[in-house]
Amino acid sequence: MATKILTEHINVPGIETFDVYRKQGGYTAVEKALKTMTPEEVVEEVKKSGVRGRGGAGFPMGMKWSFLAKPEGVPRYLVCNADESEPGTFKDHYLMKTIPHLLIEGMIISSYALGANKSFIYVRGELMYVIHILEKAIEEAKAKGFLGKNILGTGYDLELVVQPGGGAYICGEETALLESLEGKRGNPRNKPPFPAVKGLYQSPTVVNNVESIATTSWIVNHGGEAYAAIGIGRSTGTKLISASGHINKPGVYEIELGVPVEDFIYADEWCGGIRPGHKLKAVVAGGSSVPILPANLILNLANGEKRLMSYESLSDGGFQTGTMLGSGGFIVMDETTCIVRNTWNFARFYHHESCGQCSPCREGTGWMEKVLHRIEHGHGHRQDIDLLVDVAKKIEGNTICPLGDAAAWPVASAIRHFRDEFEWHITNPQEATQPGAVYRGEMALV
Amino acid sequence: MEDNKPQLFKVTVDGIEVEVEPGTTILQAARKIGPEVAPPAMCYYQPLKGSGGKCRACLVRVAAGSAKDPRPMPKLVASCITPVQDGMVVENTTSQQVIDARNGVVEFLLINHPLDCPVCDQAGECDLQNFAFDHGKATTRYEEDRRTFEKHDIGPYIQLHMTRCILCYRCVYTADQITNKRVHGVLGRGDAAEIGTYIEKAIDNDFSGNVIDVCPVGALTDKTYRFKNRVWFTKPVDAHRDCPTCSGKVTLWYRGEEVIRVTARKNEWNEVTEFICNTCRFDTKKTSDWVIEGPTKVSRSSVISANKYRADTIKPDFGKRLAAATYKPIDDKRDTSQLDIQQLPPERFAKLPSANEN
Repeated sequence: MATKILTEHINVPGIETFDVYRKQGGYTAVEKALKTMTPEEVVEEVKKSGVRGRGGAGFPMGMKWSFLAKPEGVPRYLVCNADESEPGTFKDHYLMKTIPHLLIEGMIISSYALGANKSFIYVRGELMYVIHILEKAIEEAKAKGFLGKNILGTGYDLELVVQPGGGAYICGEETALLESLEGKRGNPRNKPPFPAVKGLYQSPTVVNNVESIATTSWIVNHGGEAYAAIGIGRSTGTKLISASGHINKPGVYEIELGVPVEDFIYADEWCGGIRPGHKLKAVVAGGSSVPILPANLILNLANGEKRLMSYESLSDGGFQTGTMLGSGGFIVMDETTCIVRNTWNFARFYHHESCGQCSPCREGTGWMEKVLHRIEHGHGHRQDIDLLVDVAKKIEGNTICPLGDAAAWPVASAIRHFRDEFEWHITNPQEATQPGAVYRGEMALV
Repeated sequence: MEDNKPQLFKVTVDGIEVEVEPGTTILQAARKIGPEVAPPAMCYYQPLKGSGGKCRACLVRVAAGSAKDPRPMPKLVASCITPVQDGMVVENTTSQQVIDARNGVVEFLLINHPLDCPVCDQAGECDLQNFAFDHGKATTRYEEDRRTFEKHDIGPYIQLHMTRCILCYRCVYTADQITNKRVHGVLGRGDAAEIGTYIEKAIDNDFSGNVIDVCPVGALTDKTYRFKNRVWFTKPVDAHRDCPTCSGKVTLWYRGEEVIRVTARKNEWNEVTEFICNTCRFDTKKTSDWVIEGPTKVSRSSVISANKYRADTIKPDFGKRLAAATYKPIDDKRDTSQLDIQQLPPERFAKLPSANEN
């Protein structure tokens, strides 16, 4: 049985209430951290654990914490990024609605470690019912003395605020999130200064993903080294994967990092294989913004070894033959999926969600969407494919925030790996625009 | 007291070294060297705090981060907001990567721009025009419909042409920092974002006219000057008057004996040096209102200076290179002897320089 860190007690009835959660060993980490450890010791444990940011970038969390500037007389803030809006990712939503106290407990420990006395959970606006669940959980924790003034008699004060966002994808970018939290238009900020120096209200701020923060209670309870022992290499611990698409058992799975991708897709413990009678065509491994990979490349590395579910293995081969773990939005597509239509759909999303601040992203995302729309609807030209590659290249890396990259990668990778399909759409418009028409040419299906 | 002197940073831009104070941005350091190496800026505006970083026109490559850490930066950086480090080596137009990125930015800015320069009052002093001339291509790959907006009236003095806007946010910063109340802002998101007042309303403020001067394109123009003349037919003259609300230092634009426009004075980077009030700008248009100082030193980026767009001044072979890029000899092996077509001698093409040649 694989190790479960976040979802261990998730099936216990009534786990969303304080009493049940407490009975399952909840909030012991808060007691341990606040009563027996100094904030520096907590940071040290998190560093030792090697846990990497679960929001998508995979930056080591302990390192992020240690970058936090600590000037005298300036408040520090912890902001939990619960604006999960990456298409294909729904793990934070699941975690917060089923076991809200895990996040609250993590927030208390993390805030204590960072010396923050006011912390925010920025939840995506569409998830209003989750916000109510969180607020109820905060009330319960407050009533039991785990939040508010003088927590457990240790003299540490913490106020937790749940803030609904307006539902913009861009507000999941940390600086746009901070702008939005301050009540402004959610435009990403220019960096530097980084939030660790000047974040929320110009004060040092750490922004962490829900899943990252939720792991801290286990790390405090069991120690950083125990956490680092799980997983593989620099990908330590477990990761929630939101599996969706043409698989038998879609859902949120907690896996130990390092599970072979093949096992994850086909084993009964997880996705349970591709739906009957169909074959695997492509996988988007980490949420819509990471490069799409065809079946042969997602299961095996370019050198023939098995690809594993880990930060390193998934990004092996760079963008030529690799992808990224990202936020863990694992979208599986069988041979009935039209890659052109899928790419157009992603491009449409990024076009809609671009904040419009910097020119390459504002204009480029719209351009890509329009060209893809044309190809999908049978009006493409041969040069459109190279045009798309070029536009994607000119957006990538030239924008303020990673949304430009996120918009460019799916398009560039789809053309890199499925160029035939784009060409088929352009050269056979009548056939390609039939309802349900899919390219049936030569490709590796598994 | 030598210790109190700030340590100057040595920065190299396109092979030219310059010493600047710590905290200076790459763009400012390059401007210190001169206009030849200064990156273009469409959104950065030195007098406005917080501006910059949006248009990506000023992207440069940092070939060496600093003397201590000489690694190159992984991505191109926006020079207007990136502070220099001691020993930094910056590549502006000497890097092909930068040239390509700027080509891309021009292309992006122009795909939804109406290109109505022939009827635009900004033509001739337009930053986008200059930028496109320096870094753009003469052709477009964009086939789709251009973006349009509903027209909004923002008062008797300022004309808003949203289709021309490149969303530099300069007018937003101006209203924030110079006027006491901002009533306009950016509404909407992505390429549907537009400048406007939330509820249709006139921008009414003593200093509102300055948004016209800061606008890099023809999105905000002077209604009192609308369609009156072309910039290159007018003659700028520095003048001042005793104004109770502002410095009163302006540039008068003459057509013959008539003052047809009043603007704030701009420096060589097209940036306003002192903002002026609406009374000076819109209501005092008689020579007798002003004390004339003399002809304005014309900025380098204006068409009326030194024939900016004359092909032989800046890009001697621009026309030829364009021809070479557009007309390529066709490798046609078919038998055309029966078709009464006169074959062009191959030497005609050999004379054209290659399109890739710089």
